[in-house]
Amino acid sequence: MTKVTMTVNGRQVSGEVEDRTLLVHFIRDKLGLTGTHVGCDTSQCGACVVHMDGRSIKSCSTLAVQAAGSEILTIEGLAKDGELHPVQAAFKANHGLQCGFCTPGMVMTAVDMINRYGGRLDEKTVRENLEGNICRCTGYHNIVKAILAAAAEMGAGRQAAE
Amino acid sequence: MGAEGIGARVARKEDKRFLTGKGRYTDDMVVPGMKYAVFVRSPHAHAKIRSIDASEAEKMPGVIAVLNGQQLLADGIGNLICGWMIHSKDGSPMKMGAWRPLAHETVRYVGDAVAVVIADSVGEARDAADQVVVDYEELPAVTDAVTALQPGQPQLHPEAAGNLIYDWALGTSEADTDAAIAAAAHVTEMKIVNNRLSPNPMEPRAALGIYDSAEDHYTCYTTSQNPHVARLVMSAFYNVAPENKLRVIAPDVGGGFGSKIYIYPEEIVCLWASRRTGVPVKWTSDRTEAFLTDAHGRDHVSTVKMAFDSDNRITALKVDTIANFGAYMSLFSAAVPTYLYATLLSGQYAIPAIHANVRAVYTNTAPVDAYRGAGRPEATYLLERTIETAARELGVSPAELRRKNFIRSFPYQTPVIMNYDAGDYEASLEAAMKQADWAGFATRKAEAEKRGKKRGIGMSCYIEACGIAPSAAVGSLGAGVGLWESAEVRVNAVGTIEVLTGSHSHGQGHETTFAQLVADRFGVPIDNVSIVHGDTDKVQMGMGTYGSRSGAVGMSAIVKALDKVEAKAKKIAAHLMEADESDVVIENGELKVAGTDRSVPWFQVALSAYTAHNLPAGMEPGLKEGAFYDPSNFTFPAGCYICEVEIDPETGKTEIVQFVAADDFGNIINPMIVEGQVHGGIAQGIGQALLEGVHYDPQSGQLLTASYMDYAMPRADDLPSFQVSHQNTPCPNNPLGIKGCGEAGAIGSPPALMNAITDAIGNNDLTMPATPQKVWAAVHATH
Ligand code: FES
Ligand code: FES
Repeated sequence: MTKVTMTVNGRQVSGEVEDRTLLVHFIRDKLGLTGTHVGCDTSQCGACVVHMDGRSIKSCSTLAVQAAGSEILTIEGLAKDGELHPVQAAFKANHGLQCGFCTPGMVMTAVDMINRYGGRLDEKTVRENLEGNICRCTGYHNIVKAILAAAAEMGAGRQAAE
Repeated sequence: MGAEGIGARVARKEDKRFLTGKGRYTDDMVVPGMKYAVFVRSPHAHAKIRSIDASEAEKMPGVIAVLNGQQLLADGIGNLICGWMIHSKDGSPMKMGAWRPLAHETVRYVGDAVAVVIADSVGEARDAADQVVVDYEELPAVTDAVTALQPGQPQLHPEAAGNLIYDWALGTSEADTDAAIAAAAHVTEMKIVNNRLSPNPMEPRAALGIYDSAEDHYTCYTTSQNPHVARLVMSAFYNVAPENKLRVIAPDVGGGFGSKIYIYPEEIVCLWASRRTGVPVKWTSDRTEAFLTDAHGRDHVSTVKMAFDSDNRITALKVDTIANFGAYMSLFSAAVPTYLYATLLSGQYAIPAIHANVRAVYTNTAPVDAYRGAGRPEATYLLERTIETAARELGVSPAELRRKNFIRSFPYQTPVIMNYDAGDYEASLEAAMKQADWAGFATRKAEAEKRGKKRGIGMSCYIEACGIAPSAAVGSLGAGVGLWESAEVRVNAVGTIEVLTGSHSHGQGHETTFAQLVADRFGVPIDNVSIVHGDTDKVQMGMGTYGSRSGAVGMSAIVKALDKVEAKAKKIAAHLMEADESDVVIENGELKVAGTDRSVPWFQVALSAYTAHNLPAGMEPGLKEGAFYDPSNFTFPAGCYICEVEIDPETGKTEIVQFVAADDFGNIINPMIVEGQVHGGIAQGIGQALLEGVHYDPQSGQLLTASYMDYAMPRADDLPSFQVSHQNTPCPNNPLGIKGCGEAGAIGSPPALMNAITDAIGNNDLTMPATPQKVWAAVHATH
């Protein structure tokens, strides 16, 4: 057992973990943050995506000990003061989710994508960047729409701020 | 329509919890003292179990118990069953072999469970499961249904000689059908393979069994589309516990697509193991287990003859189908290639003679059951590939050939049981062709050719049947259950409303659409309406969600209950306003005397019902009504899908350049949600046609496609955006005029895509999935 300490959603947390404990299990089982999901065992589906130090990662293929000392953001930490993040709001407005199981990973991937591409996102780029996230319900149509809408809104927000 | 009423694109009430990580799925449940189950599964496709030695495993750290099938048998836990009886042509009942929740004598597919380890953590349970020594005597295996029917093949169950479960027929007599074919001007013959699929809801199956020894009571959290049916079956057939001692809760469920209808060994074992060990037991499938053990879909091999007269009218259709059932008969398996398949073989066409023969076959593979569409995609694929090929052989346009044969007057009785109530097939066809700019295709094809690409276009005109019913009719066809639905509408004293429904939402958005129905009726905001579902302790008996039945059947039950509530509310309001009951109308959340300014607000009526200080003489207090709704017929959604593709002859890669769906779903409550259902269905259909396929090694029976590395799920960059429209004819047989929309996309899309690809490459024999390798080979063989 090893003691790990990290910041999760702005709060410092520590816990004893086995060497083999995956970050996703640390988050779900030790911290009780069950919004991050496990949909596969081959690092393909993206249900487990969280942000580590500002970049999206698959928490099912990261060991808890690897995350020691890092800043983790999970889906539970995205909305601020009860207000949905623009990506969350766009998923709702555009019906970008059905069963909701892929949704936390999709949203965390989308936030990172928009951070990386800013206003330069188009449909093709969004679809390519969703390569690591599988959704069985929506056919991606409304997910793509939601991400483009959020990107436009966040881009506009950025411009207004400048 | 109001902003939140019927027909409005209301954003979903349930979204916030899913978007903020607050969804509550079975694997999220934690109860004090909970332990974890890992199953020991057969690595062989077919073997006898000589012995199981768990002595080492039991000594491993954290292990509470290792349980096996002998103990399960000794405790009286029953066999898993198929709940639909089919009789063969010779009148004999289907041949159902025993399916034990934990095999103790013979394993029949890779993944068959033989023992379960309960331990403090999943990791410890997994470590110990590796140490359980099972001594197997390997037997030869067969994975393919056509082969399994041949003489000399491995036999799976002593009950089913030659691996044949049933040999069933439907429709016009074979002799009359043959005579019509013999007299035809043209006959198109095809061999049609419908590839085997893995449903793959993103949430893997899970179960949490909690036994309370003080009350001798069981609670089961599980990933179910129909918790009441699960409770009924686990009580009545598996002897887990009497119904009043068993609570089944299906909380948030992450997709189902049919695969979560069935009762699997794992939930039975978790409940039983919880009693044996005295601790709550949770099992969560990993993805490989899901591929191995979730019921698969499709897997039909058929031959078809479609006969035409000299005027290109279809005169007869003859179909012979072999359906692979896997190693055991899953809960609804028997119904899929019979009453959900052969009954749809008339499609949208007037065909005077139809004969279908279906053989169901055991093989050493995972059980096969209903997957999105269940039988109807298989029927549609067979018909729509065949009529497209016929058009090519006859040298007529595929649209013209379909048009010529469309059913145009309703009701229409087919030779295969179904009585179509309403439809306008021409309207969908025209809308789709216009949307797809069918007329401009030749230009686009020529342009693509200049770029070295092969462009093709294909259509599919599907019909499906939703809301299987009425109960008496399905009972006479062999169903073990009735297919009605229930609802209870509880108006609280302050006027807020709870609707308890027997339907179950696992992505369909019932919390929103069902609330819209209520908001529309009483003029209350949807936020004042809560939908309660998925818990047998809270909700009256219900049949659950599958077969696109929640709208047509589930909402009809709600309407019936709303009618009763409305009638009582009007009586109370009339009494309060000293008016005649028949003059009372509901408008904007008030009950008014029509044509006057006298009114009482909705909440006042509710409050009056509960204070009971001033009710009409003899009226019971309270405002709560229940209803059961049993439909008088199936509903028949239909539509036309058009797909256009471009193929790179150098790589064989298919790009979908446009996909158009024109559907008739009857009346629609929330178009946004309906479109979402169509998108998802189309994606699954495209997955089937282009990417997906379950493969077993024919010798060893090993599953070769047991992860997302090997099984090609549709990803965002495999798909285009879809163009979706509706041409609705209301269903005359239910109060809302709803037909259902959950499966259409998966039914209509595979043949449209395959017709487009075969059009592009000029080869009618291509099979699904049309992988680049197959397409490349076909392109180069044609040259
Ligand atoms: S669970 Fe991490 S990619 Fe599937
Ligand atoms: S919404 Fe169900 S998997 Fe994406």
